[in-house]
Amino acid sequence: MSTDIRTRVIGYLSRYFPVSDLADTDDIFKRGFVSSMFAMQLVAFVEQEFAVVVENEDLELDNFRSVAALERFVRGKLSAPVAS
Amino acid sequence: MSTTLDRARAVDDGLLGSAHVAACAGFAEFVDRRVVPIADDLHRSQYTPPQVIDELGRRGLLGLPIPAEYGGGGCDAVTLGLLAAELGRGCSSLRSLLTVHTMVAHVLARWGSRAQRETWLPRLASGECVAALALSEPEVGSDATAVRTRVERDGDELVLHGHKKWITYGHVADLLLVVARGPEGPTAVLVERSRPGVRTRLITGMIGIRASMTADVHLDGVRVPADHLLGRPGLGTTQIAGTALDLGRYTVAWGSVGIIAACLGASVAYADTREQFGAPIREHQLVRRLISDMYADYHASRLLCLDAGVRRDRRDPAALPAASLAKYTASTAAVRAASDAVQVHGANGCGSEYPVQRYLGDAKVMEVIEGTTQLHQVGLADHAFHEFGGFK
Repeated sequence: MSTDIRTRVIGYLSRYFPVSDLADTDDIFKRGFVSSMFAMQLVAFVEQEFAVVVENEDLELDNFRSVAALERFVRGKLSAPVAS
Repeated sequence: MSTTLDRARAVDDGLLGSAHVAACAGFAEFVDRRVVPIADDLHRSQYTPPQVIDELGRRGLLGLPIPAEYGGGGCDAVTLGLLAAELGRGCSSLRSLLTVHTMVAHVLARWGSRAQRETWLPRLASGECVAALALSEPEVGSDATAVRTRVERDGDELVLHGHKKWITYGHVADLLLVVARGPEGPTAVLVERSRPGVRTRLITGMIGIRASMTADVHLDGVRVPADHLLGRPGLGTTQIAGTALDLGRYTVAWGSVGIIAACLGASVAYADTREQFGAPIREHQLVRRLISDMYADYHASRLLCLDAGVRRDRRDPAALPAASLAKYTASTAAVRAASDAVQVHGANGCGSEYPVQRYLGDAKVMEVIEGTTQLHQVGLADHAFHEFGGFK
């Protein structure tokens, strides 16, 4: 599952960034790849691709700043108990 | 002028399903019967009577996209777009009411707490309460992150000081979604108009959407409970205004398509009956060129709007740039179409007897609101370089 998440995240980012030299821990915000619109696209991508709901408390930069962070965040959302 | 039947036929282009065509025919019938006859009067008086807003609410049009569990129509994005286009064909001021009201409702539905959703969405759905987005300021336009209005915590309350400007329907809105600067950065706060310290002043003499009750909004030590904070502190522009403006761009794009449709309806009717040099001007080739440009712009813009709507309904992340492309294309096309519609009407187009001079002012506003043409161009250029040029 984890590898699959990583592959799908990289697949999405590759449509917008040069990912060949992007390490999993590279900060995509610091590298200037993320506009405010793309930040919203990332939220929409995570929700649509992995069928999760991004909540207010999830909107931490640390959840979105790198491939590794996105992978960790999605894994956490998928393993969290579904709220009633 | 086009008839309701003509409009229904025009949208039944094989791309929409029967439910969308039927919904659009209903919107068109309402606009032709209740909006078109009063639009010039609203424009001239620079005023939207409360009963007009009440009627939009009573008919469920203001609450159409609000989830059904809160009393709204729960419609999809394509249906909302069709409504925006039809309202925009009749009256851009009323279309702008739909835009600002649904922007706030959309943000509440997406990022509001359960208590905020349960408090506000039923009232927004019924039209009992009208909402507006208070983002721009005298010195702050495109760079929304630079808002100067301040919000600070004082015990269990939030206190706001500042001046918002160009707030569409701000003069009558019951609920203002204010973006202000807090300790963590831009922060979104829900402010009832009835709170002491809220003061509005109607802005008149605008080039377009003159009936939109656009206002200066002064916030002089306005106190609201701390639970009026919407979304995360510090994310008032990226998260809250970003979500609102994404939908705003979408309905403005469709509204611009409506303006082009109105320009076509007026220009075709005029060219059919106006005679010069012994023939209806529809037979003069340079007039035909103006009409054909409008026609091509109408269909191209409408297709981009449909693309953005279908993507929104699929929850496709690419719906965001698609709305930007649709807004840029449709708003700039509306300015061309309205300018050409005035040209087709000649001196008659310059006066108030025909609606085309209203369309021209309204169209120009579409190029400015929800991101200027130039802001969209900057973003669209990035997409072009990525899509066609590879990465540098």
